[in-house]
Amino acid sequence: MPADLNLRLGLPGSDQTDVDAAKSNKRASPEKAEDTASNGVPAAKSADDHETAPAPKAQIVGWPPVKSYRKSTAAAVKKAEAESGMYVKVSMDGAPYLRKIDIKLYNGYSHLLTALEDMFKLSIGEYSEREGYKGSEYAPAYEDKDGDLMLVGDVPWEMFMSSCKRLRIMRGADARGLGCAQ
Amino acid sequence: MAYSFPEEVLEHVFSFLSSPRDRNAVSLVCKSWYEIERWCRHRIFVGNCYAVSPEIVIRRFPELRAVEMKGKPHFADFNLVPEGWGAYAYPWIAAMAEAYPFLEEIKLKRMVVTDESLELISKSYKNFKSLVLTSCEGFTTDGLASIAANCRHLKELDLRESEVEDLSGHWLSHFPDSCTSLVSLNMSCLGSEVSFSALERLVARSPNLRTLRLNRAVPLEKLANLVRHAPQLVELGTGAYSAEIRSDTFSSLADAFSACKQLKALSGFWDVVPSYLPAVYSACSGITSLNLSYAAIPSSDLVKLISQCQNLQRLWVLDYIEDSGLEALAASCKDLQELRVFPSDPFGAEPNVSLTEQGLVSVSEGCPKLESVLYFCRQMSNAALIAIARSRPNFIRFRLCIIEPQAADYLTLEPLDAGFGAIVENCKELRRLSMSGLLTDRVFKYIGTHAKKLEMLSIAFAGDSDLGLHHVLSGCDSLRKLEIRDCPFGDKALLANAAKLETMRSLWMSSCSVSFGACKLLAQKMPRLNVEVIDERGPPDSRLESCSVERVYVYRTVASRQRLDIPDFVWTLDEDSSMRYS
Repeated sequence: MPADLNLRLGLPGSDQTDVDAAKSNKRASPEKAEDTASNGVPAAKSADDHETAPAPKAQIVGWPPVKSYRKSTAAAVKKAEAESGMYVKVSMDGAPYLRKIDIKLYNGYSHLLTALEDMFKLSIGEYSEREGYKGSEYAPAYEDKDGDLMLVGDVPWEMFMSSCKRLRIMRGADARGLGCAQ
Repeated sequence: MAYSFPEEVLEHVFSFLSSPRDRNAVSLVCKSWYEIERWCRHRIFVGNCYAVSPEIVIRRFPELRAVEMKGKPHFADFNLVPEGWGAYAYPWIAAMAEAYPFLEEIKLKRMVVTDESLELISKSYKNFKSLVLTSCEGFTTDGLASIAANCRHLKELDLRESEVEDLSGHWLSHFPDSCTSLVSLNMSCLGSEVSFSALERLVARSPNLRTLRLNRAVPLEKLANLVRHAPQLVELGTGAYSAEIRSDTFSSLADAFSACKQLKALSGFWDVVPSYLPAVYSACSGITSLNLSYAAIPSSDLVKLISQCQNLQRLWVLDYIEDSGLEALAASCKDLQELRVFPSDPFGAEPNVSLTEQGLVSVSEGCPKLESVLYFCRQMSNAALIAIARSRPNFIRFRLCIIEPQAADYLTLEPLDAGFGAIVENCKELRRLSMSGLLTDRVFKYIGTHAKKLEMLSIAFAGDSDLGLHHVLSGCDSLRKLEIRDCPFGDKALLANAAKLETMRSLWMSSCSVSFGACKLLAQKMPRLNVEVIDERGPPDSRLESCSVERVYVYRTVASRQRLDIPDFVWTLDEDSSMRYS
């Protein structure tokens, strides 16, 4: 894994280390009575984020100040999102129309690539970190959250799933510039 | 001194005064005005149910037809007030049942209402018209059934945000066929399914129905049928807004909405399938209020909807709207007056959406009428707050919640004192302020100096010392409600400003540094304040007097300081500063 690829969901441009430094000013949260009044919403759900997010924080009673019926909405929404598909458009250079696939249905890159090969009747070839999909006629690329065109396969599968907005099967020649390590 | 106006004339003049404050002012002019006014007052607002007793109200105002009352302190919304603290509606309902047989309207907020209370209401007031229960609890759908069955002239039943024990949806079927008077029905907080045919028939026979807020259990496929029976609707809350994508469902829904020429407000939208949103587009140009705060809609779909609503005045939305969506909002909705952005994932450690301070900056810049904001985000800077304050000096409500407690300015790592200082300095009409982030005593100095019209202030995890609290209590001339949690404020400021507390409705302090000794002293000094020590660790005098109490709630009252319904974790202090408890 290249060192400059930090596994975190920071906001673009924000430096995580600065935020941590600010936190050192924080007063320790006072001991709270067991929150029998709390609505039982589980502690910070970063456990289901696949990145190496910080451990879930201990919940402070009544913070953030969100009314209980809203908390359960948020949890339900998360659940609904988790259950719904992750459909992304797939375009292929030269093809007249796009397809759509649910990337949640795949358990990894090879599974996905095999499916794409089947769907578009082409061959994609082997991925290598150094050389991408060298030797194949087509290379799979995707548009991430920031709108950048990235080569499929560089980041861990879970990270890809959450950041992939759109897939694009490019002709091998055009894809050659898409190495990840700069 | 003889007055030239006969009583009837004065009464007639007073009838033009609707605001409780005006009426209160009138009643203080002289004894005869007090007498005339009290006999012709028909509506009353009691901001704290423990500030006065039913007997006192009934004695003073014999002709009431509408009562509005609030119970628990605001922080009860966030589980800071232990269960069983109080705010029971029953004693009021029972007393008023005797005294006001012609009572028509009851509006309660944050009170405990039982099924017995509801049954009593339904049987005691022959002309009962309107029941509004906001953030109430303690009743079940059986209580609703009594209201439905017995209130022959019911116009309004609004359960907004109440916690109802949902035994079954059968309650709705208790509305008799002869009931055609409904104007407003809000059942959005209920869980279980009501009989759809009963609901449909009820809507169909209510020609005056203006507000209909359904609960999540009403499926989208049935919504068109309901709406078709009520094209005169002004406010509609949908149920779940998801269904299999079918063109007949869609077109039927779109047709139904296009028949609603008076629609001004939309809400509901649980479980949204974005493809169905265009069904409401025909109504969008008339929409002034949109509550999408339960809808997980991606920013792009939100923007498509919002940009159709050129006349939007109020928007409640989840942070899925992101900065980009708020920028679009600022560009299309120039009439926007109120914005609330709620967190979709309040307990997540990391941001799940791209919503930052920038969104609020855009809206403040772009919407000249924006005056009320509630904004949850994960980062803020003084620069942004200063820009916001300068763009929008007309704020009257500004509530900012930065999710991480004591978060500093993310650019400079400084406290956010300067930013909030700019808000209070520029927004001279500010009436309500909630702050968050890293804040020192300095921000309270700014508040005390500038926030002269501030009526309600909420503080959490802020300040360095008693000086902070002192600035607020000594400087904020219009302060009515102050709620504080987890701040290092203690005895000195409280005792030095004891007299101020009598000019306010209430003060709440939890997890601060107020000692039991100070509470006793305060109660001694100020006999017209009720000083409630709310502590679940057992009697305060089993600990040192210098020990901090868990919570203290101070409010002015003309009722007895020993409320009869006090639970065993609340201690209120008597004049002789002995501790009294149940």
